[in-house]
Amino acid sequence: MTHAAVLIAGLLAGVVLALLVVRHMRGDEPPHVDRILFPYVGTQLSISALDAALRIAKAERATLVPAYLVPVPMAMSLEAPIPRDCSKAFELQEAIEQRAATTAIPVDGRIGAGRTIRHALRGLLETERYDRIVVAAGTAHTDGLSSTDVAWLLEHAPGEVVVLRPADEAALAAA
Amino acid sequence: MPGHHKVFLGMAAGVGKTFRMLQEGRAELEAGRDVVIGYLEPHGRAETEAQADGLLPLPRRRVTYKDVPLEEMDLPGLIARRPELALIDELAHTNPPGLEHDKRYEDVADVLAAGIDVYSTVNVQHLESLNDQVAELTGVRVRETFPDSVLSQADEVVLVDLTPPALIERLRAGKVYPAARVPAALNGFFRVENLEALREVALRQVAEDVEAKRLKGDVTVGREDRLIDRAAPVAVAERLLALVTPQPSSQRIIRRAWRSAQRLGAALDVLIVLTGEPSAEEREQIEAFRRLGSLLGAEVLVEEGDDVPEAAARVARERGSTYVLIGTPAPRRGLRRLREPLADRLLRALPGIDVRIIADRSKRRS
Repeated sequence: MTHAAVLIAGLLAGVVLALLVVRHMRGDEPPHVDRILFPYVGTQLSISALDAALRIAKAERATLVPAYLVPVPMAMSLEAPIPRDCSKAFELQEAIEQRAATTAIPVDGRIGAGRTIRHALRGLLETERYDRIVVAAGTAHTDGLSSTDVAWLLEHAPGEVVVLRPADEAALAAA
Repeated sequence: MPGHHKVFLGMAAGVGKTFRMLQEGRAELEAGRDVVIGYLEPHGRAETEAQADGLLPLPRRRVTYKDVPLEEMDLPGLIARRPELALIDELAHTNPPGLEHDKRYEDVADVLAAGIDVYSTVNVQHLESLNDQVAELTGVRVRETFPDSVLSQADEVVLVDLTPPALIERLRAGKVYPAARVPAALNGFFRVENLEALREVALRQVAEDVEAKRLKGDVTVGREDRLIDRAAPVAVAERLLALVTPQPSSQRIIRRAWRSAQRLGAALDVLIVLTGEPSAEEREQIEAFRRLGSLLGAEVLVEEGDDVPEAAARVARERGSTYVLIGTPAPRRGLRRLREPLADRLLRALPGIDVRIIADRSKRRS
């Protein structure tokens, strides 16, 4: 009986291996995801949205690219230093890095500036290399992309876009 | 020989720049020099007008712009009069079309070129390089600006300082603007937080100017060799240099360096030393650092060289850095054990300069 079980297990393993080889040869494997862009806004980032982005990055063995989007007033040059916004962005980036470090997910943070959130988002899409975009929609308790910005992203961003609607709970906050 | 230019710099209107300029002008007059007022804008301030008593005002030139009669400084008249010293208010002022120059600082350049000494006044928010910074700090963008070179080329810059509460007190007492304008001024530009920020900018600007002139002075008096040989020139202003590699993990070093720079009120340079042809990922990271540097107000420098500590030490000397910040070195294995650690080499190459190693706080044990 034991010999039969070993034989069956061996056969099954062989079949799975053969299927994997055939699939690989056919090129049916999903493309490798290297970088996951995670644009975020405001001072309150939903932990559940971040965790979802980190889970996706871990599953794909990808680098998470959290990008803080900053609207710059028209009176200021887009190239002008924005220390207050950078300070907020750094606090959130460090919180993201700490959370990612627990699961050994590499993080490569960015700050994207534009006249509006959408303008900053457009600039980010033009300058950054990414394979997938994960965004959190805004809720009553956490900041996130507005419905119109999400709609714009779905329409204009090349590649796969994952939109998360986080539950209203804990958030990472910048002071 | 060009005239001597002394600029009275203030953080905002009402600190007493014009008053101080007139006071010093009177002292020169009493010392026997030929002093005239090239242009004075007393803004209806009684104290200022009283201080101008006894000083000869040059007749103004009347011009009409868009059917509005204006009075401007008579540049040809001033040069023809050839006083020893001219007092010229509002260096950043924009002239109406049709005059010799668009800006008053250009008029001043002509006066100086004619061999006439000039005392002038200006507020720090008019300085071109600070325009964005001031707009961000105060929410008010100033349209009349003047190039930084005007200030750096001035022979003397005198900071006319007043604490923000004292200035607000002067404003409330009607010594700065007429009573009708006071409430709007108090609710707008003249808020304590705005004035504190501007005062800090003005103080730093003058400190940097003094430092730049001191270093320049070392060179011009034939001590250039000493300046180059002396590895650690004494600097008044702090300047940080963050030595990074083009990798995402270096962002931690940039962040910590930037925060230290903010606390010290110091400038930050970020240095990447390339020891070979950068990969596509490294090029991408360098570009990302450049964009980040622009938002932080930091300068990102990319140098090529085989010897990283040597290149870093050279840049630190050139930039007048007072701190060099580096990341935690990787564990030394194999032949690397034979090489002197980076921090040791930097300390040896840069005597008198702090070398700080930035730890990875995510690895801190609770």
